[in-house]
Formats: sequence, C-alpha cells, structure tokens
Amino acid sequence: MNDKTGHFRGEVMNGARMLLECLAREQVDCIFGYPGGVTLPFYDAMYDHPIRHVLVRHEQNAAFAASGYARATGRVGVCCATSGPGATNLVTGLVDSLMDSIPVVAITGQVATRLIGSDAFQEADTFGITRSCTKHNYLVKNLADLPQIVHEAFHIASSGRPGPVLVDIAKDVFQGQGRYEPVSAIHLPGYKVVVDGHAGQVRRAAQMMWEAERPLVYAGGGIIAAAAHEELRELVEALDAPAVCTLMGLGGLSSGHPNFISMPGMHGSYAANMAMTETDLLIALGVRFDDRVTGRLSAFAPKARVIHVDIDPAEIGKNRAADIPIVGDVKRVLKRLTQSLAETKDEMRAAGGAARKAWKRQVRGWMEEHPLTPEVSADEIKPQHLMAEIDRLSGGEAIVTVDVGQHQMWAAQFIRFHHPRLWINSGGLGAMGFGLPSAMGAQFAHPDRLVFSIVGDGGFQMSVPELATIVNHGLPLKIIIMNNGYLGMVRQWQELFYNNRLSSVQLDNFPDAALLAAAYGFRGRTIEHPRELAPALEECIQEPGPYLLNVRVTPFENVYPMVPAGAAIHEMVLRPPQPVEA
Amino acid sequence: MMQLISLLMENKPGALMRVTGLLTARGYNIESLTVARTTDPALSRMSILVDVEPHQKALVIKQMSRLVNVLQAADLSEAPAARRELLLARIKAPLPNRAAILKEAEIFGARAIDSSPEGFVLEVTSEGEKLDEFIEILGHYGELEVTRSGMVAVPLEPKKLKLSRPREVGPALETEPAGANR
Ligand SMILES: Cc1ncc(C[n+]2csc(CCOP(=O)(O)OP(=O)(O)O)c2C)c(N)n1
Ligand SMILES: [Mg+2]
Repeated sequence: MNDKTGHFRGEVMNGARMLLECLAREQVDCIFGYPGGVTLPFYDAMYDHPIRHVLVRHEQNAAFAASGYARATGRVGVCCATSGPGATNLVTGLVDSLMDSIPVVAITGQVATRLIGSDAFQEADTFGITRSCTKHNYLVKNLADLPQIVHEAFHIASSGRPGPVLVDIAKDVFQGQGRYEPVSAIHLPGYKVVVDGHAGQVRRAAQMMWEAERPLVYAGGGIIAAAAHEELRELVEALDAPAVCTLMGLGGLSSGHPNFISMPGMHGSYAANMAMTETDLLIALGVRFDDRVTGRLSAFAPKARVIHVDIDPAEIGKNRAADIPIVGDVKRVLKRLTQSLAETKDEMRAAGGAARKAWKRQVRGWMEEHPLTPEVSADEIKPQHLMAEIDRLSGGEAIVTVDVGQHQMWAAQFIRFHHPRLWINSGGLGAMGFGLPSAMGAQFAHPDRLVFSIVGDGGFQMSVPELATIVNHGLPLKIIIMNNGYLGMVRQWQELFYNNRLSSVQLDNFPDAALLAAAYGFRGRTIEHPRELAPALEECIQEPGPYLLNVRVTPFENVYPMVPAGAAIHEMVLRPPQPVEA
Repeated sequence: MMQLISLLMENKPGALMRVTGLLTARGYNIESLTVARTTDPALSRMSILVDVEPHQKALVIKQMSRLVNVLQAADLSEAPAARRELLLARIKAPLPNRAAILKEAEIFGARAIDSSPEGFVLEVTSEGEKLDEFIEILGHYGELEVTRSGMVAVPLEPKKLKLSRPREVGPALETEPAGANR
C-alpha cells in the first residue's frame, strides 16, 4: 500500500485521517488552529500524526498566523477552526489574506450533513459567510469528494493571484470511513491563469521603455508573490530607472539598491510622490493602483503612459487605464522584458538616454531636498527614532511584522529590507491585531531568524492572549510596543481634520509590560528615555527567548509626509505646521 | 445603465451566489436572472439583466470571469445577440371579451395554453419591450396576473471557449514518526 502516489493507497480510514493524508501530500508541516465539537474527529486524527498543530488562543490569530507563515515563506499557510463561532472568528483573517493575495487554506468543521439548515448547535452558514472573504470556498458533504477538494483548494490558493480558500467539512465526513485513493489530477475548467505575457506587448513595452525620458518602476506585492525580485532588479538595472516599492512590495527591490527611492503614497516620501507625478512612463509591476498609493486618481501620474503587468486581468485598467496591458506572471514577463531590452539596447538606448540621466539626477535631488530623516530628541523617544534603532539592528536582514497604525507607517519609512518576505503587514485590509500572530507564523516558518513584531499599544491589546502561545512554543519573538498612549493614527486624523476633538482614542490603563510578560513567564520591560533605547533593544535581541519591550514614545507625533484624503499625491503635507515667530 | 450578462458556468452549489454576490456587494439591483443547465449537465448558462454604473461594466465582467466556477462571461449589452423573454399571463375573460382577447393575443404572437370559463392562460415569447406593450393592452380587458422568465440571450457569433486542462497532484511526502501533537 505504500507506493509512490500515496502511502495509504487503498487503506480504509476515516475522513479526518484522509484529510491529513492530503495535507501531507501538499507538504503542510504546520496547522494553526483551535478545536471544537465538530472538529473532534480531526483533532483525534492529529493526535498521532506528524503534521504539527499549533494551538492559538483565538481563531482570528490562527488565520493571521497562517497568513504570517505564508507571507514569510511563499508557501500555503493552513488554519483550522470549528463550526459556528470558530469559523466566524476566522473571517477577519481571511479577508486580510484576500486583500493582500496571500495563499492560505482554512479548514472549518461544519455540523453533520443531516443537521445542516436546522439551526443546530454551533451551526453557521460558513460557506455563505465566507463566500466574499475567500478566493474560493467549498462545503464538503461527501467523503468521496474530500481528497479532490483539498487538492483543488491548495492549487487555487497558491496559483495565479494567490488568496485564501476555505474548506468547510461536515462532521460526518470527518467520521465516515472510506478507502483512501490518492487523487492523481484535478480539473478546474473555468480556472484560468495566464502566465506568459503577450510577446508583442512585451516588445512594445521594451521599446516604450527605451523611448521614455523619465521612466519610473512602480513595484508591488505581485513581485513578492511571484518571487520576481531578481528579475525586478535586472530590469531596474537594465533601464537604470528609479523605482518605488509599495507598502506590499517593500523588499521586492532591496532598500539598499541605488535606484530605490522609497514607498510612495499617502505616507510615502517626497521624492517617491514627486517621481510618480513627473514620470512619463510608469512601469507598474504587480500593483493594483490602490487609493492609498494614487491619492486623487484624476491627478495621479498625469504625465505618464502606463505599462501594467499583472497576473489578474481584473486589475488591469481597474483604476488606471494601461497603454500597454500585459497579463501574465510578472516573473516570466520581466525576464522577457529584460531580454527584449537587451536585444534592442544598441539601437534604442540613445533614444531617451541623456534625458534619463537628468531624470535620475532630478529624483536624487528630490531625495536630498526632503529626505526621510528620523526625528530624534534628547528627552523623549521619538517613534521615528525607535524605528531607526530597530533598523540599525536589523541591517535590512530581520523579519519585521507590524500591526496597523502610525507605527506601521514609520516602520515602512525607516526600516530597510534587503530581501523579499522580510516585511510583513496587513496592507489592504489594515487589520489591527495582525502584528503579533503573524509574527508567530513567520517565526514558526523560520525558527532561527530574528523576528521583530512591532505593534501599537492598541493593536497589541487585541492580541495579548497569544503571549501564551508564544511562550508555550518558546518562540523567540522580539515584541516591540510603540506605545504612544493613543490609537495614534485615528488621533492624528482627529487632530488634523476634526479640530483636535480627541474622541475615544486615548488608551489608558496600559498594563505594566514587565509584569505582564512575567505573568506569562518571560521577560519584559518599559522604557521611556532616549538613552535607554539602544541598550534596551540590544538586551531584547540578546535574550534567547521572547521579549516584550514597551517603548513609551512622544504621544502627539504625526506621520509625515501625509497626503490628505482627496488630495493629489504631490500635494502632500511635509511636516507639521511650524510655530510662527513673533 | 442596464447590462446584459451571459455566463457559462459549472453547475455547482454556490456558483450562482458567487456571481450574484459580485453585484449585490455593489448594491446593484438585479432586474432579472435566469439559469439552467446546458446540453452538458455539468454546466449552466446564466443570463443576468442588471442595473450597473457605467464605469463598473467592464470590471464586473472581468471579476465574474475570474470566479473559479465561471468558464466564460460576456457582456451582451451591445453585442449582436438574440434576446428573448417568456411571459405567462392569466387573464380573466368573461364571455363577451373572449374573442377580442384572443385577437390581441394573435397580434402579439401569443397563444392560449389553457382555457376555462373564467379565462385564459396566454404564452408569448418576445424581446422585453414588446411584452410590456402586451401587458399594457391586456390590462384593458380585465384582471391580469403575469409571470415573466427574465431575459435570456445568446450571442449571434460563437465565442471561442478557452478551458484549463487537468493538472497533476504532486507525489506523496514521506511521513515522519508519529506523535507530534500528543
Ligand atoms: C480591527 C481594526 N479596528 C479599527 C481600525 C482603525 N484604526 C486604524 S489605525 C488605528 C489606531 C491604532 O492604534 P495603535 O495600535 O495604538 O497604533 P498607533 O497608530 O498608535 O501606532 C485604528 C483604531 C483598524 N485598522 N483595525
Ligand atoms: Mg498607539
């Protein structure tokens, strides 16, 4: 029975065990989950199965941890929850993965098939609820369908534009006995993935690039998803064009690369936003022209022609019409583009050559005019200072997960990433509570890497229970709370746009970090003076286990530059209003 | 504006919900929707008439095409296509009116498929506007109850169907010693 296509071909087993066989074939090594009534048979099967199950403390965190695992590795992250409340608790995490195109498979238990529709205990319409929260979802009512569906789920999650897929399995399917026949092939006739870009379009794009005088590469999460970072670097160098990476694309081109500007958009740098505004050729690679990047769409990149490469045809032309649309896997397309650039180099390079040199100088000039420089003060820890210190320790090499808010933006501005899959954040959904559990997922995937989880005092308190999971598994996470005493990002908007009427944004009664960590059995500390910062961070990373560092920072600092809602990105506000001298 | 969408999709539970979900998520009202299986019982053909914002027309089609269960999505709003709708009307027809009603029916190409002393059930297929007129006219004769099928449409030129081929599932992993989660 133990042959090449499956260990247990022909063996009689229950559905739960069959599911595990399928997961093993998909090379799953770790499931983040939380058990319950209808998943009892599955948990029983896991009891003596080699796939590791990580018991989180809330299902939302199972979904976030699976997402963190997937973001850190590029492999499918797996989470599991019971029916009803377990499944509904997954929802935020699924939408997060959907918005950021992260491959996740969620397994949920459902009440027994004969009870579906009867308002049975812990019944919820998980299939219906998660329809719009997933790339695709399944309800399994027959054991015979289970292996096929599981393999389809992994294929859909990880191919094309990746995303979450949920498989809802009725209890009697878990319990039912059947002969396990490993699935040899799946067939999804309507699931179309175009990988090779249109050759003619690629040639035209290369020509347009040589003709451009002010080309700008605008690279996003698609570069990370497609592992196209090398190809991206080659293109950037072949054309010697400046490049921005979006919040989702950070690390796609090394922050240390001489052509790298920064992140563009709402809290992007002056140079990045000016380059977007002045470019005559926007080379958009694995991006979706998100509103946080474009600002007022009608004023976005007004002088540019657009080459748009994406694997999802629905993204092309969605927010901005493309002069050259190319549907395909950005890795393959970039390879060909660079090839095409090389082939035409001798005849074409001169076309925009001199102008392109001047353009690079201009971009450099913008970077020098308004660089992103961290604020530092002698008597308070500025949040930017904190990020700069973490950056110094990371040196572009550590994994950094963040939560959502001001700290997220400062981290994106000041921490460098020399490789893809180091920077992990909830970009599209902006889901608070993401930072800590996603770091667990990343650390499980890379037990020996340095992983910082930088969280706000708000978001941290959404995920406190996971401290138990972290200690439980001895995850050496470096948890850094950027504690400004406020829901800082909301406070910033209230200050700037609502006459500083600070409504329900103050976070009083934050716990004592040392005591909190001690209560969970690990070390923690609170600091508030700039001179403590470097030594405390050193101590934190020297600690072999987890560490909770609570950093009290200036409470009323705002994130700049900032593009106000509805403004064009070149209309960014660069700094707080300066006091007028008498 | 009204958009007429034709879809070829897998005949599977939930497929309908995925398609309509894209419309309801935008707060669109579906004017009519018909779905039935094709000669291949594994597939269904769906026609939707929906009021969309003009700038969303193309995106809606692309997002429908991207659904795993959808094999093909086409916008027939402006395309050359045959469009038909079926109407069933029950009309009260006292004796003095009966001949006149049947005469009207004849003009509109309708036929009576049931007749009783109380009245008729009439059947007619046509493009949408003609049916509106027919209902208008019949209304003058007496109490009327109508059921419409909603628009079904077929493009006049066949569109080439591109389908994905089956895909192999990877080989099994060698599993390690048991007992990880005790
Ligand atoms: C689940 C969720 N609820 C609400 C919000 C809205 N929101 C965005 S940023 C923010 C403040 C976050 O505060 P904190 O975690 O302290 O981070 P800071 O901005 O202070 O760095 C809030 C409430 C959100 N993004 N996610
Ligand atoms: Mg805060």
